[in-house]
Amino acid sequence: MPADDWALELRDVSKAFGGLRAVDGVALAVRPGERRALIGPNGAGKTTLFNLISGELPVTTGTIALFGQDVTRAAAHRRAALGLARTFQITNLFPSLTVLENCLLAVQGLSPVKLAMHRPLTRYPRQEARARAALDEVALGDRAGATVKQLSHGEQRQLEIALALAGSPRLLLLDEPTAGLSPGESKTMAELVKRLDPAITVLLIEHDMDIALEIVRHVTVLHYGRVIADGTRDEVRASPLVREIYLGA
Amino acid sequence: MTLDRKVFAGVTALALAGGVAPFLPAYPLTLLTQAVIVAVFAMSLDVLLGYTGLPSLGHAAYFGIAAYAVGILSTEHQVGLAGCLGAGLLLATATAALFGLLAIRATGTYFLMITLALGMVVWGLAFRWVSMTKGDNGIAGVPRPELGLPWSLSAPLPFFYFALVVAALAWAAMGVLVRSPFGLGLRGIRESESRMRALGYSVWLHKYLAFVISGFFAGVAGVLWAYYNGFVGPVDVQLVTSVETLLMVALGGPGTLAGPALGATLIVFLKNFVSVYTKRWLLILGAVYIGVILWAPRGVLGAFRRDAR
Ligand SMILES: Nc1ncnc2c1ncn2[C@@H]1O[C@H](COP(=O)(O)OP(=O)(O)OP(=O)(O)O)[C@@H](O)[C@H]1O
Ligand SMILES: [Mg+2]
Repeated sequence: MPADDWALELRDVSKAFGGLRAVDGVALAVRPGERRALIGPNGAGKTTLFNLISGELPVTTGTIALFGQDVTRAAAHRRAALGLARTFQITNLFPSLTVLENCLLAVQGLSPVKLAMHRPLTRYPRQEARARAALDEVALGDRAGATVKQLSHGEQRQLEIALALAGSPRLLLLDEPTAGLSPGESKTMAELVKRLDPAITVLLIEHDMDIALEIVRHVTVLHYGRVIADGTRDEVRASPLVREIYLGA
Repeated sequence: MTLDRKVFAGVTALALAGGVAPFLPAYPLTLLTQAVIVAVFAMSLDVLLGYTGLPSLGHAAYFGIAAYAVGILSTEHQVGLAGCLGAGLLLATATAALFGLLAIRATGTYFLMITLALGMVVWGLAFRWVSMTKGDNGIAGVPRPELGLPWSLSAPLPFFYFALVVAALAWAAMGVLVRSPFGLGLRGIRESESRMRALGYSVWLHKYLAFVISGFFAGVAGVLWAYYNGFVGPVDVQLVTSVETLLMVALGGPGTLAGPALGATLIVFLKNFVSVYTKRWLLILGAVYIGVILWAPRGVLGAFRRDAR
């Protein structure tokens, strides 16, 4: 398939923190609409890889392309404008703002409205309607007026997703959406991810292999910054290397 | 408080100030005028400090440059209100636009240090560029503007109303700004820059615009100050002026506009009453600051707000 047909394409991407190569020569190509899991033990470099893709950190070497466009040197907000959205492993919201304000920030982030300063927010009913719709999608509609600090951990994780979805992304990076959730909440979260518009490409980091395999068919395994296995869940499960280092079997 | 009630409270405060002014003796009226002007200055700083989370230690620079512009133009060149206002605001804004380019890349303590250094540069100019600023002597005899109204602004009461009207306009403009989509973006940056970037915001641009706008409103206060005081000197751009203003914001409640206005009023009156009894104003100021940090970290308004944690 020609290069510009990939939703996301990484070539030989590395990131060094001093002497530590947290991400080491990673190549990755994700098809539009694909659901892919990224798994690996603690410290494997998964979150760092997300930070490189989203532009939060610059790469040490290699190139990154989004929807056929080279973004290796592009700032994070430019990548967002191309349709990239992400969530954070450690909840990263606007703590003293209300849930609705959080979502409004996400809705207006990709629109020129974000620079409007001559009228109060209340004069933008369409933005508010979109923000409320994004909240309804994650079942937080009735919490719109609460501040983030007043939400439970589970609700905060739902809001993480709502912010990422509010901008109608084409590529979604989910960094352990179930982190810190109870088994029941994790299941709800997995359902939510499965229900997403099939046109959205999803790259999912998940610690819990069972949950990951429930959501996706295709798995990439990272270990010490390198891709050590890549394929369908059965192929990955069968890989002796994966069994040895990831499953500890 | 809901928005309507905040606006109502603000309008009531303005009406109250306007209503009692004719009955005040000369000295309290002078102080009230001063408070109104300094309130605009403190609110302008709060756009940066309270809303965007950028602690500027050099805010007196924009205030002072506008004041100097008025002082120099009105004494040496007999320029009227429109010219002085235009030049003062333009210079304050342009200086903020220039300094913002240098300061906005930095965060946290570095931002504090850079704004401090830039403020010192302006103070140095005010002090040393004697041919322009008259150095330590300052520029005295700044005439009050003539508006072509039946009342002369040289009289305290008409000038108070003039300052009050300008302050009300500045307050309204900043009120719209902080409640606009752009203003929400500033609060987002205060809370999480990395999330803002991920959502598609150019954090730099947002901060830079806030910095320049804040400089503009500091300039509004500076223009009023030059006319009010009739004198412009290095004290107007010195570090203590910036620090006092930071304290007004911290005391009143950062992240609100009413808070800094309240803080400004408290500090102006406190400063003038204290200095009757002692010369150690800075010591008292320091003590007040420590008290605020210890007992009311969210300012007087924050301490009384019910949604406090
Ligand atoms: N900003 C940083 N500076 C220095 N080292 C870092 C930085 N971020 C991550 N690291 C290191 O890089 C390695 C990879 O970390 P990363 O967070 O990407 O792992 P991870 O796969 O997401 O792990 P986990 O499953 O625990 O979330 C770790 O050894 C970590 O300590
Ligand atoms: Mg991680």
